[in-house]
Amino acid sequence: MAIRLYVPADTAAVAVGADDVARALAAEARQAGVEILIVRNGSRGAFELETLVEVETALGRIGYGPVYAEDVPGLVAAGLFEGGAHPKRVGRPEDLPFFACQTRLTFVRCGIINPQSLDAYLAHGGGEGLATARALGPAGVIEAVTRSGLRGRGGAGFPSGIKWRTVADAPGPRKYVVCNADEGDSGTFADRLLMEGDPFLMIEGMIIAGLAVGAAKGFIYIRSEYPLAITAMERAIETARAAGWLAADSDPAFDIEVRVGAGAYVCGEETALLESLEGRRGQVRAKPPLPAHKGLFGQPTVINNCLSLAAVPHILAGGAHLYASHGHGRSHGTMPIQLAGDIRNGGLVEVPFGISLGELVDGIGGGTLSGRPVRAVQVGGPLGAFFPRRLFDTPFDYEAFAARGGLIGHGGVVVFSEGIDMAAQARFAMEFCAIESCGKCTPCRIGAVRGVEVIDKIRAGQAREANIAVLTDLCETMKFGSLCALGGFTPYPVMSALTHFPEDFGALAPAPELAGQEA
Amino acid sequence: MTQSAIWSPERTVEIIAAHAHREGPLLPILHDIQGAFGHVPHDAVSIIAGALNLSRAEVHGVISFYHDFHAAPAEGRVIKLCRAEACQARGVEALAAAVEGRIALEPVYCLGLCASGPAAMIDGRLVARLTAERLIQLAEA
Ligand SMILES: Cc1cc2nc3c(=O)[nH]c(=O)nc-3n(C[C@H](O)[C@H](O)[C@H](O)COP(=O)(O)O)c2cc1C
Ligand code: SF4
Ligand code: FES
Repeated sequence: MAIRLYVPADTAAVAVGADDVARALAAEARQAGVEILIVRNGSRGAFELETLVEVETALGRIGYGPVYAEDVPGLVAAGLFEGGAHPKRVGRPEDLPFFACQTRLTFVRCGIINPQSLDAYLAHGGGEGLATARALGPAGVIEAVTRSGLRGRGGAGFPSGIKWRTVADAPGPRKYVVCNADEGDSGTFADRLLMEGDPFLMIEGMIIAGLAVGAAKGFIYIRSEYPLAITAMERAIETARAAGWLAADSDPAFDIEVRVGAGAYVCGEETALLESLEGRRGQVRAKPPLPAHKGLFGQPTVINNCLSLAAVPHILAGGAHLYASHGHGRSHGTMPIQLAGDIRNGGLVEVPFGISLGELVDGIGGGTLSGRPVRAVQVGGPLGAFFPRRLFDTPFDYEAFAARGGLIGHGGVVVFSEGIDMAAQARFAMEFCAIESCGKCTPCRIGAVRGVEVIDKIRAGQAREANIAVLTDLCETMKFGSLCALGGFTPYPVMSALTHFPEDFGALAPAPELAGQEA
Repeated sequence: MTQSAIWSPERTVEIIAAHAHREGPLLPILHDIQGAFGHVPHDAVSIIAGALNLSRAEVHGVISFYHDFHAAPAEGRVIKLCRAEACQARGVEALAAAVEGRIALEPVYCLGLCASGPAAMIDGRLVARLTAERLIQLAEA
């Protein structure tokens, strides 16, 4: 029988040479006269180990990583095909501390199966959520999602069950499900991993949402920076159609179309995304009306993040109560957290809410890659606050982060080490807001440009005290006068940098008593 | 280099026809035209506007809003280097400074490779764990 090898086709592997590794393995096997079968799986999510090559043995799957094409002859000579010893052998990936401490519910199949095989999906528990949904019916599904405590993973943390109920109750001849796969936050890649590593889960989640609210059409809006995810979803949708999962006469009747973004961060904001889908400039709409009442083409629309939709099949199959039993405070279930930036063990960490920032960064993350001490951690993307080490005891939970002037957003954690200039980071936050502003409201459009200028003056030591007062005022205006969170939350990174790292803004000495205060 | 065809009205009409039945067809049309010709030419705008019953100003407004659509073709390889926070934390600014003057860079904000940066998209292909040497090599290949 052929020896089974796994070489991820995920972007995180392909971008560091996985395709070359697969070719090199095939060539070496041919030369050695060994029959192999290479499965192109998704990524398990330990980026430092990519390309992580695995071989199926009697002891389970044995991993080697990070493997480059030039390592392959040596690895094969060392007995890779039998799981032989080599400095790059990492043993069974699931035994590595990085994975052993995780609770994978949403990402249970990611990196394990061939993501384009519907049979593999079904053999590994896929489809059970949809079967349960059919049995429960729309009201039962909404009830279960509500009881699970699931909150939106796109950033705002709004209870998904309430959103679904609103759309189900809204009158309309045609309703839509929109999956938000715009994932623009720096430091996040969970949506991408899932679309590439388990696309049928996305499809199943969307079908269930359609069943629950009475929608027959779904769109998945994927950013153009994710070409492999776009292809993966398109292929999986074709397969699902051929298998009768997606059709006018499927049960429930439902079909999905992939739409591609065009490089605008603000199109991740739900109403801007709807405008973009309709073929317009991605400008934010004023609310009300809510998308749940008047969304895509004016019809009732459920718009959810990938991870919210992907959590639902498990909730239904495993039971809402079980899901809700994970977590901390009012944050139920697991959160796919993404460790990024200057970190040794970067990648995807799915754990129940409640883990502390310190456990994430120093524990699972293993500290910095550069070896320099951690200086600041930005949680929740470009609109999230910077946390100093002093706040590493903060539990990962919506309310706990809010209480400390931060947000968890889509779960991105970006680690910066000593040497980072926090005033430069504050400037970048304003600059990013200026570049990506949709232009609809003045505090954001003009304020961000002003913000860059004022920070430049502070950094140049010009009328420091007065300009810090101007910056603080400006942040207040943006916070309360902006229509959406791009302008409204840019003050988080700016003010947290100023509060926790005043010395970078020219303060004579660090002011620990001020910096320790909570916003 | 990206293989872009010379603009043709016939091909433009074909692309529009392929998407006309879709709900909200404008972005898919613009993506395909950008993909086929490397830009969205002025003359294409009139044809699209006519076909979708929009004003030329509306179509132009959409093209100018999105970073992905360009009115003129790019010269040489399109190298989009991620300049967002996680790549900054992994030294992308030093990398950008090291290749300055040698290769033309466009900024992009996050490619979902935030624990493998610096990262870039070169003519649509993603690469990570970049060093200045490797970036120059890829750019000049
Ligand atoms: C500027 C901006 C960008 C956003 N980007 C995204 C995004 O990329 N993905 C996402 O799911 N939500 C994003 N959101 C949040 C969405 O507006 C919305 O809350 C979310 O899609 C709702 O889905 P959920 O309830 O499942 O989280 C963004 C919001 C703002 C203000
Ligand atoms: S805050 Fe900025 S991005 Fe949001 S609506 Fe206003 S101008 Fe547009
Ligand atoms: S921040 Fe550069 S890839 Fe995400």
